[in-house]
Amino acid sequence: MTTVFDEVTTGTKKLTIGQAVNRALHDALATDERVLLQGEDIGALGGVYRVTEGLAARFGSDRVVDAPLGEAGIVGTSIGLAQAGFVPVAEIQFDGFVYPAFDQIVSQLAKMHSRFQGSQQFPVTIRLPYGGGIGSVEHHSESPEAYFAHTAGLKVVTYSNAHDAYWVTRAAIASADPVLLLEPKKHYFVRGEVDFDAPTENPFATVEARPGTDGTLLAWGPQVSTALAAAEAGVEDGYDLQVLDIRGLSPLDMTTIANAVKATGRAVIVHESSTFAGFGAEISAGLMEQAFLSLEAPVQRVGGYHMPYPPSRLEQDYLPSVDRILDAVDETFTY
Amino acid sequence: MSTISSPTGHQLPEEAIGVLSTDGFIDPTESAKAFVDDATAIDHERVAEMYRLMANTRRIDQEGVNLQRQGQLVLWTPSVGQEAAQAGAVTALEDRDWIFPTYREHVMARGRGIPDENVFDFFRGAVHAGWMPNDYNMQPYTVVLAAQVPHAVGYGWGIAQQQRGWTDARRAKEGRVAIACFGDGASTEGDIHEAMVFAASFDTPVVFFIQNNYWAISTPFEVQSKVPLFKRAQGYGFDGFAVDGNDPIATAAVMDRAVDHARRGGGPVLVEAHTYRMGAHTTADDPTKYRTSEEEAQYAQADPMVRTEQYLRRRFDYTDAFFDEVTGEGEQLAANLREKIVDAPDTISLREKFDLVYAEEHSLVEAQAAAFDRWMEAEDA
Repeated sequence: MTTVFDEVTTGTKKLTIGQAVNRALHDALATDERVLLQGEDIGALGGVYRVTEGLAARFGSDRVVDAPLGEAGIVGTSIGLAQAGFVPVAEIQFDGFVYPAFDQIVSQLAKMHSRFQGSQQFPVTIRLPYGGGIGSVEHHSESPEAYFAHTAGLKVVTYSNAHDAYWVTRAAIASADPVLLLEPKKHYFVRGEVDFDAPTENPFATVEARPGTDGTLLAWGPQVSTALAAAEAGVEDGYDLQVLDIRGLSPLDMTTIANAVKATGRAVIVHESSTFAGFGAEISAGLMEQAFLSLEAPVQRVGGYHMPYPPSRLEQDYLPSVDRILDAVDETFTY
Repeated sequence: MSTISSPTGHQLPEEAIGVLSTDGFIDPTESAKAFVDDATAIDHERVAEMYRLMANTRRIDQEGVNLQRQGQLVLWTPSVGQEAAQAGAVTALEDRDWIFPTYREHVMARGRGIPDENVFDFFRGAVHAGWMPNDYNMQPYTVVLAAQVPHAVGYGWGIAQQQRGWTDARRAKEGRVAIACFGDGASTEGDIHEAMVFAASFDTPVVFFIQNNYWAISTPFEVQSKVPLFKRAQGYGFDGFAVDGNDPIATAAVMDRAVDHARRGGGPVLVEAHTYRMGAHTTADDPTKYRTSEEEAQYAQADPMVRTEQYLRRRFDYTDAFFDEVTGEGEQLAANLREKIVDAPDTISLREKFDLVYAEEHSLVEAQAAAFDRWMEAEDA
């Protein structure tokens, strides 16, 4: 991974998602001296996924900081750093390690702007590599988005491709509000074109990843690619399926989602976490409120089962798959 | 070791620094040697200022209990008994230093000039922060125990970077310090451990100021720790001191030195002020369920107000005139406060709260605010 740059990146480059994030962090550090990165092993090692590789060498160990091993400390001190005038970007090493910081995120960081009556901004970004399918041990494969999207005061965002990885990350760091940035780690090594001269307009909005008229597959982060594969496979079954890439979970672009589903009449929501009280339930409820009369069938959800994330040898049966998604699409055609 | 001028029920650790006896004579403990000169050199003006902060806060404290009983407050957290510890700490700080309190630091809030009614706005359920923190360099009261301590360390980490390369002269003049206030109960929270590790790792100018009042609601200190808390500092790699927190000049002298150490770039310091929560934990608490009246009576003899008054009289010839004046001032403050708090209106509407959730726009909050507007209009119609 090429990671040492002198200037802010320009032009168009083919990069992996991990490289795109690296460049976003680099360019944020290069353009705003208030930006400070901290996290476990993000300095000399460059992070366990090498996403921060080269940044400590380029910007120094004051700005790219190997934190002591304590997630509550990482988030808690980021709050204080923000009060001192910094723009902290904290990395939590894996999804399942975020819970020791839960109070600092949901009871402290998220509430600070409101508690301070708007007199202080807390522009803290928490980068959280998340999601399964990586064949790892317990606590490395989880999708905790619903816990955080439920929390007022946090923005919760993700992306599914390299171009968005760059621009969503830049937008998260630039946000005056705390942002939980869910990074689809299974796809860190998936390549794509990044146009550094074409900022994504409304980077947290929902966008169409594939047009279609028979039904809408709604996914975010790592499951967008599964939904796209399902839509592709669905052609053989005679389906012309639309895929939406939901980048902002909070704020959620419900207008775009409702308009899309009104046009197709069918919705299948795909996510990795347990469907029960999962984020798909919120979208489903939103569709009932805003697209009820256009629905040809009940909204379907395809997601994880109500069990702890399984051992990795079993995860392929737990995660949404092309076949499970198409089965749910079939279901919407039985009404 | 010499007689420790301490509360009589619990034994202060032998390392505790104490200068005044419970009746206000200079009677230093063995461990106070390095601090006696500083403590006794504290001029009468500062001692009087501390007394004034303590006395006025105690008067307002009583008002807090009264107003809660009258239904004007949802809760009150008395600081009775802990005034000297807080007065010693807050007078050791410069205005530019940041205080990260728990929710019982009423003397410190007064020391910062925060109006009583602003503190009470929090306790009457009007706001989550009674004062604008940046106006007083004092964080809002934090209810989740210890959560503010990593914030103090992060703030200290930030200013340590900003002050890197400063001369001692500049540090003395402009350098800032963060003071993290918590108690013996909070000391058990994991956030304290992580905060202390981060503070040591990044040499942050933070003073961990523990008011060990021996009771975490109903749980005695012995359950929180088998050793005095100041000893934990050694394990993290910085200095820790125990001080008789009911002795204002000992606390002030120790805090002066701790703050100076942090301000000069020496890194964090821990000060454990041994005091006693003479009142209830909050107005919802009933100490008779878990501690004896004998214990409370013992600690009444160690009342920091009495000690401070006696010291002012004996050492500086303060007379009734001064104490009567302070009493009158307290009465006036209490009357003013009652006027402002009894049946006070809301300070902020729920509609305004929508605008504070995020700094930037958020489509959901905006949609809900609009729906709320329609609802309220329909209600009014």
